[in-house]
Amino acid sequence: MKITPDVIAAHQLTASEYDKILSLLGREPTITELGIFSVMWSEHCSYKSSRIHLKKLPTESRRVLQGPGENAGIIDIGDGIAIAFKIESHNHPSFIEPFQGAATGVGGILRDIFTMGARPIAVMDSIRFGRLDHPQTGERNQRILEGVVSGIAHYGNCFGVPTVGGECVFEESYDGNPLVNVFALGVFRHDEIFYGKASGVGNSVIYVGAKTGRDGIHGASMASAEFTEESKQKRPNVQVGDPFMEKLLLEACLEAMKTGAIVGIQDMGAAGLTSSTCEMGSRAGTGIEIDLQYVPQREHGMTPYEMMLSESQERMLLVAERGREEEVFTVFRKWGLDAVNIGVVTNDGMLRVKNHGEVFAEIPNRALADEAPKYNRPFTTPLRTAPLNGPDIHSRHLAADLKKLLASADLCSKKWIYEQYDYQVRTNTLAGPGSDAAIVRIKGTNTSVAMALDGNGRYCALDPREGTKLIVAECCRNLSTVGALPIATTNNLNFGNPERPEIMAQIVESIEGLAEACKFFEVPVTGGNVSLYNETLGTPIFPTPVVGIVGTLETAIPLGTDFKAAGSSIVVIGGLGNPDCHELGGTQYAKVIHDLMWGKPPALNMDYEKRVQATIRELVRARAVDSAHDVGEGGLAVALAECCFGPRNIGADVHFDSDLNPEILLFHEGPSRILVSTGDPQKVFAVASKNNVEAVAIGVTLEARVVIRNRNQLLIDSRVDELKDLWSHSLEHLLHNPVLVNTNV
Amino acid sequence: MKVGVVVFPGSNCDHDAWYAVSQNLGQQAQFIWHDSSSLGDIGAVILPGGFSYGDYLRCGAIAKFSPVMQAVKRFAQDGGLVLGICNGFQVLTEAGLLPGALVRNATLKFVCKPVSVQVVTTDSPFTHQAVTRQRLRLPVAHGEGCYIADEATLDRLESEDRVVLRYHVNCNGSMRNIAGILNAGRNVMGMMPHPERAADPLVGNTDGLAILSSLVNAGITASKS
Repeated sequence: MKITPDVIAAHQLTASEYDKILSLLGREPTITELGIFSVMWSEHCSYKSSRIHLKKLPTESRRVLQGPGENAGIIDIGDGIAIAFKIESHNHPSFIEPFQGAATGVGGILRDIFTMGARPIAVMDSIRFGRLDHPQTGERNQRILEGVVSGIAHYGNCFGVPTVGGECVFEESYDGNPLVNVFALGVFRHDEIFYGKASGVGNSVIYVGAKTGRDGIHGASMASAEFTEESKQKRPNVQVGDPFMEKLLLEACLEAMKTGAIVGIQDMGAAGLTSSTCEMGSRAGTGIEIDLQYVPQREHGMTPYEMMLSESQERMLLVAERGREEEVFTVFRKWGLDAVNIGVVTNDGMLRVKNHGEVFAEIPNRALADEAPKYNRPFTTPLRTAPLNGPDIHSRHLAADLKKLLASADLCSKKWIYEQYDYQVRTNTLAGPGSDAAIVRIKGTNTSVAMALDGNGRYCALDPREGTKLIVAECCRNLSTVGALPIATTNNLNFGNPERPEIMAQIVESIEGLAEACKFFEVPVTGGNVSLYNETLGTPIFPTPVVGIVGTLETAIPLGTDFKAAGSSIVVIGGLGNPDCHELGGTQYAKVIHDLMWGKPPALNMDYEKRVQATIRELVRARAVDSAHDVGEGGLAVALAECCFGPRNIGADVHFDSDLNPEILLFHEGPSRILVSTGDPQKVFAVASKNNVEAVAIGVTLEARVVIRNRNQLLIDSRVDELKDLWSHSLEHLLHNPVLVNTNV
Repeated sequence: MKVGVVVFPGSNCDHDAWYAVSQNLGQQAQFIWHDSSSLGDIGAVILPGGFSYGDYLRCGAIAKFSPVMQAVKRFAQDGGLVLGICNGFQVLTEAGLLPGALVRNATLKFVCKPVSVQVVTTDSPFTHQAVTRQRLRLPVAHGEGCYIADEATLDRLESEDRVVLRYHVNCNGSMRNIAGILNAGRNVMGMMPHPERAADPLVGNTDGLAILSSLVNAGITASKS
């Protein structure tokens, strides 16, 4: 096939990128080579627009065993145990085909974890959709939500990994461009860690797992382009997942690793055979020669181009010591999986792809993996559409406002979603969905791992730098609230088209904010994912960095967020805050009650935040509080209501003494605040004061009602069961989901 | 007394059952691979939850042909104690060791949540340590847990006191709220809820021990006699 400018453009390579290929090869590429370059140099695989900025992120601490650049980051958690974790996006496929798009997103991130030798023990999802009640697009958004949730459930449940938490947000900006970011975490001993390196000239290159078909060809380049009318034609680019195959692959890989015959291993992710061969060779400084005739194939007549670009799922590439291949084959035979020798590690640094002996591609591995173009794209000031000033706020129907907030799509219970996920399998889930942070114990140790995912497109649309810092602070606060010390971060940066300077500015500001906050909170970034071109017909999504932070704590029964009994003191650690009206503009109150956005995100004092977190960790560890809940979106009133939604129907009698306007007092989202109930308020005050943190007693728990006063003014007086009912069933109502008729014994 | 835990390709609650028996109850537990034609020296066997053979065709439809199931059938015919949990229950109905079938939940959705079940009979090796009409809070996690059978079978199950567990609030559409049943010999039980997920104080629920420790004690008694 002749390489014409049209063919080059169809591969989403620019003229200058093509010139670079010519000079790296010293000749014109074959069509197979062009295809290989196009995927490896796609935004999705090469991070060409973000790489120079990602360098600003902190990546080291004494706990980091593996930072960015491998399939997943690895953190030492003591006693010879380590965790591997990472987040990845499957945004574009999930819009085109929600069920399979989301399912294969889960499959992909799970392989990233077990390819390193770790057994996956937890998954979390951060998912964002257009509004469910939008007159034009609401029904489509409902279908996407239902498809994504059942796709995640289908894959994770069958594979046998618990989905322990996450977040779900609805916002017009994700209409036509949903975000599906999947996080996975695995555990292993230090001596069980494997890397994606093709070491040892003469060693065998072995293909294991599912057969190769024509599915998913050019998935990576699809994920690197905006959505247009044409995208609808791209459905065949979405792969189909088989979680049963993946479960077998997991067990077989972990068992094969124990033979000692495996030198390196990597999953076939984006651009399957291409990325796994050249990345493994590049990391080891070796070459890889494969002959495609040996690749197990699902279809007849596939060309080398198609085989190299296929994104068929549930496949891995491994390098085994020469002479010990049979030990590996035996394990895979036991699990009924294909394992075939397809090539050899060479010393010439080349990726050489043959088919029946004929060479179809011959490219230096480094050219593909490390010489990808890097762009310092021009940036101006971040795109911003919201005004600085908001409306005069005098709603004064505060109880009605609270109900509206509790029933809103973002704040209501996500039970409808998480009850479709098996969040308990492996019996390690001490705190699951609905907790500030999920807690998963590590059996055989006294250590548990806590994890949380956070994002906030509104804050970041108002100020990407401050918004991103707030997200990191919130995520660390979520971990601290369950008593865990935050130790490391993974991140998924979801943005629009980086070729637009005002979008590029969002990316740069956000990454710099992430760097600053991760340094300050001592949570180095060990890996992640960048998803750009999240635009539909020229409308970009809100800048949406999502962070996943992990921490450790001693294994114990968690406190929970719910009030346990009447008569306990309620204290806000961190104080009530003192924001101005501008800082209300990014809140759920502004969104739900006024359908507006303005101003700035809440102000963050990172030093104070850190002291608040130290305070709550000390109190939780000392069991000096009976419940603890982060004050997040929806503000103090929503957090307070959520504390009342435990099984015991315990409410709150709260009496503020504040100069703040009641709407601001109840609904502002200022950070650095945690709501606790305690039988020992003096202890809480003492620990807070030791850390130089404000702690305000605001009332006591009581049965069945939520009563809130400021000085002599009654602000809210509601029944707990009424609020809880609204909060619990709102998502079902928004989805018009038929409720199963209950039959009683 | 040793409890065997069968491992099919695709089982994923095998380790949980093993952990509950060995760590929470301090008994010996041993995995049995699906191509084993004998169960070895065990006093009871658990068919765990999961997606045996990917649940291809129908849940449990392929598992019933595995060599280990021939061994389980012989073990059951000889009076051995067999507990099928979730996918294990589905396998037992497919294999003909228990009557009826488990089909798609009435909601058409996978459901994972704690539910309240009633112990209908304590006249079984799986519930003799519980109290009749005791309420147990046990987790369910299934997409195909809706128990169905023809009227005559349901009537017989009830008249022979073979319905062991019933849902207080039906979470999947099961006929007559059935959550667990026995075979005619009362030595084979299938149940959709997961007792092994409620066997550890750390996870906040130990109600499943009523089932599992009944099983273990019955196994010990049987092995002594």
